[in-house]
Amino acid sequence: MKPAPFRYVAATSIEEALALKAEHGDEAKFLAGGQSLVPAMNFRMAQPAVLIDLNGLNVLAYVKADGKTVRIGALTRYRTLQRNSTIAGQATLMAEALPEVAHPAIRNRGTLGGNLSHADPASELPAVVLALGGTLHARSKKGARTIAAKDFFAGVLTTALAAEELLTEIELPVLPARSGTSFIEVARRRGDYAMMGVACTVTLDANDACSDVRLAYCNAGETPVAAPRAAQALQGQRIDESTARAAAETAKSEIRPFGNVHASAAYQRHLAGVLTRRALLAAYGRARL
Amino acid sequence: MSHKVSVTVNGTAHTHEVEARLLLSDFLRHTLGLTGTHVGCEHGVCGACTILLDGLPVRSCLMFAPQVNGKAITTVEGLATDGTLSPLQEAFRDTHGLQCGYCTPGILTTMTAFLAETPNPSEEDIREALSGNLCRCTGYQHIVDAVTLAAERMAK
Repeated sequence: MKPAPFRYVAATSIEEALALKAEHGDEAKFLAGGQSLVPAMNFRMAQPAVLIDLNGLNVLAYVKADGKTVRIGALTRYRTLQRNSTIAGQATLMAEALPEVAHPAIRNRGTLGGNLSHADPASELPAVVLALGGTLHARSKKGARTIAAKDFFAGVLTTALAAEELLTEIELPVLPARSGTSFIEVARRRGDYAMMGVACTVTLDANDACSDVRLAYCNAGETPVAAPRAAQALQGQRIDESTARAAAETAKSEIRPFGNVHASAAYQRHLAGVLTRRALLAAYGRARL
Repeated sequence: MSHKVSVTVNGTAHTHEVEARLLLSDFLRHTLGLTGTHVGCEHGVCGACTILLDGLPVRSCLMFAPQVNGKAITTVEGLATDGTLSPLQEAFRDTHGLQCGYCTPGILTTMTAFLAETPNPSEEDIREALSGNLCRCTGYQHIVDAVTLAAERMAK
C-alpha cells in the first residue's frame, strides 16, 4: 500500500513538463489532482519512473467564455468548476454532473483534465464532454493539436493522447437558446461511481420540436457511449412520455454495459432506459422555459 | 533523491528532507509524529486521513510529501486552542459522535471546513458533506447530531 520509488519533478512551466514527457514517454506520468493516479500507485498498479507534478502550473487553471464556447484549463479543479458562474450559466450539463463526482474532499483536488485523461468509462465528466461535443486541446514538445471528444476516448483508461502529449484545455460549445440539459445517475451510495448515468441535451425549434438531441452514458461500455440513433429519432418531435419512452428503448440497444459486482448488464440497461426517459423529459422542460 | 519540504502544520513551521514517494499521511504521522491523522484505506475511500490543506479538506494518503512544500496544513491536533476543544469537538463529546474514534480525525477536519463554509446547514447538507467519510460504529446519526449542535452553538 505504498508507492514504488519514482523521480519527482515539480514542473515550473508547461514547456518543462512537455520536455520531460518527451524525454521519458510512457515511463513518465503527469500528476494533476492525483485522485485516481495516486491510488493506482499505492496499489502499485501504476509504477511510473518519473512523476511530473503539474500542480504549480496555475496557467492551466482557468474558465474563460466568449459567448460561443467555454474554455476550461485542464488543471481546473472540480471544486472551482462547481462554484464558477460561467459553468453554472453556460455549461449547465457539467454543473449538474459535478455534485455526483465523488466527495467534497476528492473534488477539492481532482481536476477536469486529469479526469478526462484517466478516461474511466464509469466517470461522469467524460460522458458530459462527449454529449456536449467538446474539443480537447493537447500539447507536446512538437506542437499542439485538437481532438474531438468522440475521438478522444479510445478504451478503458485509454485515450487518443500520445505518450508525449498533455491535455491542456477543454473547449465546450455553448448550447443555443431554447436548450435544456439533464444529468442523472444511479449509484449504490452517494459519491460512488454510477451503476448507470446519462448526460442529455435538448435544443428546440420555434414549434417546441427538437432540433438537436444528444445522449451520452457513463458505465455503459469501454468508453463513454453516445446513443445517436435514439437522439436522431427525436429530431422534429416533441418530447412526451411516449416519445421519451421510445427513445429510451432505442438507447438501451445502443449502449454496451459490462455488468459488474453491483449491477448486471441487464439491470444497467434497465436503468439506462428509466434514466433516459427522465432526462429527456427534464431537459425538454428546461428547454421550454 | 530527497526533496526538501518546508510546511506549516498547525501553525508550526517544519523543514525536512524526504523521499518523493513518502505519502503526506506518513509524513505527518512518522516524520512529524502527529499520529492524530489516521490511516485507513490508503486509496482515498475511507476519509480517515483527511486534513485541511490551505483550509480545504483533502486526503493526505493521496498526496506526496514534497507536494505540500510552502503550504499550510491543519490536522486534528490543530483544532483545539490552548487545550480548549473547538465547538465541533465539544459537540462530538456531548452527543457521543464517536465510538472507537478511528474515523473521527477525518470527520472533524472535514466538518470543520464544512461549517466554516455552511454556517446554517440542513440535515441533508450535513449528510452530503459527510458522505466521503466512513464510520463503522455510529451509524452516523450521532455524528449528524453533533454537527447540528455545533452549528447551533456557533450561530449564537
